[in-house]
Amino acid sequence: MVGLEHYLGLAGALFVIGIFGLFLNRKNVIILLMSIELMLLSVNINLVAFSSFLGDLVGQVFTLFVLTVAAAEAAIGLAILVSFFRNRGTIAVEDVNVMKG
Amino acid sequence: MIANDIQTILPELLLSVFAMLALIGAVYTGKDKLTLPLTWATAAIMALMALWIGTTNESATAFNGMFLSDAYARFAKVAILIAAAAILVAGAEPMARRGLAKFEYPILIALATVGMMVMVSAGDLMSLYMGLELQSLSLYVVASMNRDSVKSTEAGMKYFVLGALSSGLLLYGASLVYGYAGTTLFTGIISAASDGQLALGLLVGLVFVSAGLAFKISAVPFHMWTPDVYEGSPTPVTAFFATAPKLAAMGLFARVLYDAFGAAVSDWQQVITILAVLSMFLGAIAAIGQTNIKRLMAYSSIAHMGFALLGLASGTEYGVQAMLVYMAIYLTMNVGTFAFIMSMERDGKPVTDIAALNQFSKVEPLKALAMLVLLFSLAGVPPMVGFFGKLYVLNAAVQGGLTWLAVAGVVASVIGAFYYLRIVYFMYFGETESNVETPMSPGAWVMLMGSAAIMVLGVVNLFGIEGAAAAAAQALVN
Repeated sequence: MVGLEHYLGLAGALFVIGIFGLFLNRKNVIILLMSIELMLLSVNINLVAFSSFLGDLVGQVFTLFVLTVAAAEAAIGLAILVSFFRNRGTIAVEDVNVMKG
Repeated sequence: MIANDIQTILPELLLSVFAMLALIGAVYTGKDKLTLPLTWATAAIMALMALWIGTTNESATAFNGMFLSDAYARFAKVAILIAAAAILVAGAEPMARRGLAKFEYPILIALATVGMMVMVSAGDLMSLYMGLELQSLSLYVVASMNRDSVKSTEAGMKYFVLGALSSGLLLYGASLVYGYAGTTLFTGIISAASDGQLALGLLVGLVFVSAGLAFKISAVPFHMWTPDVYEGSPTPVTAFFATAPKLAAMGLFARVLYDAFGAAVSDWQQVITILAVLSMFLGAIAAIGQTNIKRLMAYSSIAHMGFALLGLASGTEYGVQAMLVYMAIYLTMNVGTFAFIMSMERDGKPVTDIAALNQFSKVEPLKALAMLVLLFSLAGVPPMVGFFGKLYVLNAAVQGGLTWLAVAGVVASVIGAFYYLRIVYFMYFGETESNVETPMSPGAWVMLMGSAAIMVLGVVNLFGIEGAAAAAAQALVN
């Protein structure tokens, strides 16, 4: 029987993979965008699992909002990426270093 | 029912309708030729709205408690709207001079402002998230507004990646809170989250939500994006980042901590205390070596956020009041300081080097005097209003039983005073000749002189914001 804890475990694992993808990836900014998407989608699994467990629809409504915002976020991320590529001619993460912070 | 809801969100509704109509209108007609009238129209609408919200007095909730319009939300909204309008007015001319007079700028600022107004009014995790994202997504775009500049697009990229990470953390926390409290409404969460026996899921959720919000207010250890984004963005945009969004995020932070987790003060107090101490000290120490005034202001804002968190950390109603007063003073100081910074140029190119201000007082004594007042106020030197802001939060920390924290705050503020005074030293006793020009539009001049005047005249009674802040804090905490 697949219970709530399995879904939470899956979501937690995906979320952690997403965070590690953000920090360990040295290659490509596109991978950063994918990691961010992975984090947001793992949250959706969490929300839907809780929604079904609690018998409460709010979680699914929240999921729809998150999906919409994630789409908008990806669009803006890619747009910024395109203008960055035009200026810099590369999208490697280690080249995002004109300013040292 | 629905009529009442719409009545409650009318300011947000009108501002977003205005933004969308302006977008369509500008696309189909004059495009960038319309930038200046649009900027003024947006600023005027924001100022009128601040007046309108400031003079209404009734509290209401809309959409079954998802959206709250109480004294706290009204205080924050008035401050946000005034700051946004002031930055639009001061920044209109510098944007045009740098070839950035794009009609999207005022529209995106208006949309970000709608997001901030929703943030401080949030009564539910969903409205919290939607408001936060509307603000963040608009700000990612304005950060990379100067799309032909490597620095600006890099700033936008860094802001986007770290902002999205923080949204992800916040959202994961929100999902856990929803699961363990069984509701996303703050009124429901507060009854599930009682002191001392917080469910593990709620505690983890609270920590994640706090981490996400700490990113947005750039509290240490979640501050690494701030200096780069401040340096890379066009200066009027940096000015906007340093003012309204900071208050909105701080307002939202307090809203979550008190409205949703107000019954579990001891559980979040330590987290906020640590954030406050680290921010105050890192902001004070890391700014010392900076030569770029925008980076310096970034560290300065980190330190100021630490002081504002000091008010929150005290966990009392007076602490919230102190935080609100401190943030209002911080906003006023930053509007004036940035009105000056965005005018700095040499041969038509923006200058951000502090050394360029050498002997500035000989060229422009009045502007140098205004900057002296503002920098003293930022440092918290006694006769200026900034000192009373610091006094307020330190007092709140002592009253909340955190005397050691107040002592740490005093030490950090003494360390931090060094770099503000260094700029004053350069302006008055610098060794080389001044080679910076500061052409200012009348709007920016009024912002600089006005905020400097407020920093001096406000010592009488802080222009009565104490009473409004007290009412706001009472609405939030009780």
